[in-house]
Amino acid sequence: MTENKPNSFRTQPDERGHFGDYGGRYVAETLMPLILDLEREYRAAQADPAFAAEFDDLMKHYVGRPSPLYFAERLTEALGGAQVWFKRDELNHTGAHKINNCIGQILLARRMGKTRIIAETGAGQHGVATATVCARFGLPCVIYMGAEDVKRQSPNVFRMKLLGAEVVPVTSGGATLKDAMNEGLRDWVANVHDTFYIIGTAAGPHPYPEMVRNFQSVIGTEAREQMLERTGRLPDLLVACIGGGSNALGLFHPFLDDADVKMLGVEAAGHGLDGDEHAASLLGGFPGVLHGNKTYLLQDEDGQITEGHSISAGLDYPGIGPEHAWLKESGRVEYTAVTDNEALEGFKLLCRTEGIIPALEPSHAIAAVADRARQMREDEIILMNLCGRGDKDIFTVAEKLGVEI
Amino acid sequence: MTRLSTTFARPHPAFVAFITAGDGDTAANLDALVAGSADVIELGMPFTDPMADGPAIQSANLRSLGKGTTTADVLQIATEFRARHPDTPLVLMGYANPMIRRGPEWFADAAFNAGVDGVICVDIPPEEDDALGPALRAKGIAPIRLSTPTTDAARLPAVIAGSEGFLYYVSVAGITGKQQAAIDSIEANVSRIKQSTDLPVAVGFGVRTPEQAAEIAKVADGVVVGSAFVDLVGEFGEKAPAKLQELTAAMVSAMKAAKA
Repeated sequence: MTENKPNSFRTQPDERGHFGDYGGRYVAETLMPLILDLEREYRAAQADPAFAAEFDDLMKHYVGRPSPLYFAERLTEALGGAQVWFKRDELNHTGAHKINNCIGQILLARRMGKTRIIAETGAGQHGVATATVCARFGLPCVIYMGAEDVKRQSPNVFRMKLLGAEVVPVTSGGATLKDAMNEGLRDWVANVHDTFYIIGTAAGPHPYPEMVRNFQSVIGTEAREQMLERTGRLPDLLVACIGGGSNALGLFHPFLDDADVKMLGVEAAGHGLDGDEHAASLLGGFPGVLHGNKTYLLQDEDGQITEGHSISAGLDYPGIGPEHAWLKESGRVEYTAVTDNEALEGFKLLCRTEGIIPALEPSHAIAAVADRARQMREDEIILMNLCGRGDKDIFTVAEKLGVEI
Repeated sequence: MTRLSTTFARPHPAFVAFITAGDGDTAANLDALVAGSADVIELGMPFTDPMADGPAIQSANLRSLGKGTTTADVLQIATEFRARHPDTPLVLMGYANPMIRRGPEWFADAAFNAGVDGVICVDIPPEEDDALGPALRAKGIAPIRLSTPTTDAARLPAVIAGSEGFLYYVSVAGITGKQQAAIDSIEANVSRIKQSTDLPVAVGFGVRTPEQAAEIAKVADGVVVGSAFVDLVGEFGEKAPAKLQELTAAMVSAMKAAKA
């Protein structure tokens, strides 16, 4: 009897960069030839073993990969349900998963002969990672950052400057991540001849969503091998937080065709999904076009983009990577949202049970893990991507807790 | 003949004037552009994230949205313009999201009913034409595409195919309202485009003075000016119409003198 295998979830996007109805290349004509050129160069790099070898070498010796797979024993005991395991991407050089993608893109930039790097940043983690690889490869770099975020994330601004980057505060619009991305696109369109735009998440025009996902898939590929080696089985549930969605895709993608592995993406519910102050594009938004791709967006009935809110500057983008939009509609991945206060509880829980200070972004995932673990059996396994460390967030957390430091 | 083709068939190059809908007294400003002899009106649909625009038009978008301008307001401005000026071509220019929010067919119907002749959507390149192009063509509205200095010979046919009304040559690789390209580069690019199409070619981005408009008029079928008008609206508010008419008249007369 022949088995009727389901279609693979790992073959997206199509040749036009579409993930079902989502994704695509919605950019001004000035950028179109460059986007096509980037895609050609990326395909050539994918086919070149020397490119992969250099990427792997830097991952190992510069970033510190593979990151550990860690069984959170005390957290598991405290929750009293499923076993909780972490993929420790917060231990990477620069303190988050962002560096994986930056290494990949700067190697591509160098391959294309580009001599100037630009990037946008929200929380500053992608900005720091970009500034880091630019210093490592000796390329000048300009980081666009919303003026509000510059205030909220001053330690990261200082880090970027130490690394030699020029940080440009963006005051247009709401002065946050989306406005920084607008400014990045404006810079790029005016400097197409020599500039490479390192986009920080699995969004933007094709081939960025696919390319960023592939560079970040090192997370899930390692985790899958490590889990099999340590436990002899695959996890029952994967959990990751979602702003643009690159750390989640990095973890999920290598498992997408493992039918028994469930997946949960955690958006930022801010002050709650019933009001306007949240950043849950999938659960509280509608499909539309922004920043080069069709995806779920926070927007009003006229298609004007609304500002996302989250305690975490890394999650308050009003859009989401197009592959998540497709994974949601296909039903392969479940999505939920966690409020600022719940994330703060998750943050404190991990500090005290495991001696790990997480970033506020994965603190959202921790809150969701706590909720799910309690509903699962003790022989079941949850694997969460601990995608960033919390050093950058201690000022925000102190303020929220009413502590002066 | 459409309003656009009739206009571009005239012996003088067309002067295309852009302002943002809902910024200042838009009806009075549009009337001033027509009184100053603008040949084609481009009406900007405000958007929160105008990625291809420089500071002048970004500010106009924010001023308009800050006053609460809706898509319904933009369409009402167009409808009333059409009633007052039955022969002047009217083109909506903007970004994809506000245009497709209620579906491309809804937008094409609404634009048709408002008397709109063409639509320029900055962030729908030929590769994503399905998102809006078929709906516009079905209602007889011209999808007007942009060609740029980076549009190479291999891409140009795809840009031209499916374009109607006129082709908008973006003279600089960059955002609106910034530096102007050298006239030599404009001339070479326009002549390259005209070898591949019978569509009229209008040139815009960075054109601010009658002298620049006159130079371009010698080599193109039309000249587009936006940021310079939008700046006047921002600076003079309710008193802008007289300034807009004055600048339009100066542009048109310089262009006619250059071509003569």
